[in-house]
Amino acid sequence: MHEAGRYQTRTKSGSAGEDALAERLADVRNRQPAQDTDAIAEVVRAVLTTMSGDLSAKETSLLTEVEELGRTIASAKAEIAALRVDDIKERDIPFATDELDAIVAHTASATHHILESCETLDAVANSVTGEASMKLQAATTQIYEACSFQDITGQRITKVVTTLKAIEAKVAQIVATFGSHINVSAAASEANPVPTSEDDLLNGPQLPAHAMDQSDIDKLLASFD
Amino acid sequence: MAIDKSMNVLIVDDYKTMLRIIRNLLKQIEFNNVEEATDGAEALSKLRSGNFGLVISDWNMAPMTGLQLLQEVRADAKLKQMPFIMITAESKTENVVAAKQAGVSNYIVKPFNAETLKDKIEKVLGHA
Repeated sequence: MHEAGRYQTRTKSGSAGEDALAERLADVRNRQPAQDTDAIAEVVRAVLTTMSGDLSAKETSLLTEVEELGRTIASAKAEIAALRVDDIKERDIPFATDELDAIVAHTASATHHILESCETLDAVANSVTGEASMKLQAATTQIYEACSFQDITGQRITKVVTTLKAIEAKVAQIVATFGSHINVSAAASEANPVPTSEDDLLNGPQLPAHAMDQSDIDKLLASFD
Repeated sequence: MAIDKSMNVLIVDDYKTMLRIIRNLLKQIEFNNVEEATDGAEALSKLRSGNFGLVISDWNMAPMTGLQLLQEVRADAKLKQMPFIMITAESKTENVVAAKQAGVSNYIVKPFNAETLKDKIEKVLGHA
């Protein structure tokens, strides 16, 4: 079938736009001599050849990879935003390091008290004689030995804190890179969530800076009277 | 060989609780003349101005580490024969090798017990 005839056939079921196009094609056909389809195909091939000449296979592959990279970055941004990494930097890691610092402080304080008591026992051991003295000294020796746990614990915790700070730095880097896409408002809204169940009330020991001491609790209880 | 327990012993650790523990353990084995330093530099200063028969030092301290202290001691003509025991949590092979190469007399890994401390001191001073 002649090309013009094909267009005409399609216009029977086509839209108003297609009808207008058919009319214009008919007009051109009337003004120009009929074209050989092979000649048209040759022109199309020439155009395609020109287009492929603009981008080599390597460049096309590179372009595809760049597009894929763009999609991956967009996806990563969305996933990072969903993870709320800002929480890790602003809340979780500082919380963890504060807790670890509190462990070191509390165990150091406890060790200090144990050593004081042990030194008192040592003095007693020196004031008595015989089996009692030996037993007391053996006991205090074991306490001294056991107290060295504090040094080891402190060193291990220091290593953990160093690791956490390295993670914090990496997270900060991620936040800086994808900063504009990370929503921090959600994190802020949950900083002090309202407890809705008993589990929400079970937070373990509080850090000294945030904890109420017994006198605070007594005052609070008294305020209900 | 009888050990002179009246000698001055210098214990070096940046952690005061550990100094206290070592001091008490030394006291229990009758070493009563014990001085303390909290880093290598302070220890070196005390060693150069005092009269000590034994150094017991931690490794991980700042600004001067226990290993640096040991190297300084071994490089000092007056102190180079000083018995030097390292007590540290650093227990990798390379640590022990480095300490040995620097001239450590003995090496105790934390946590340690009184018996180990006593045994190492006797070995070190017995050969001094």
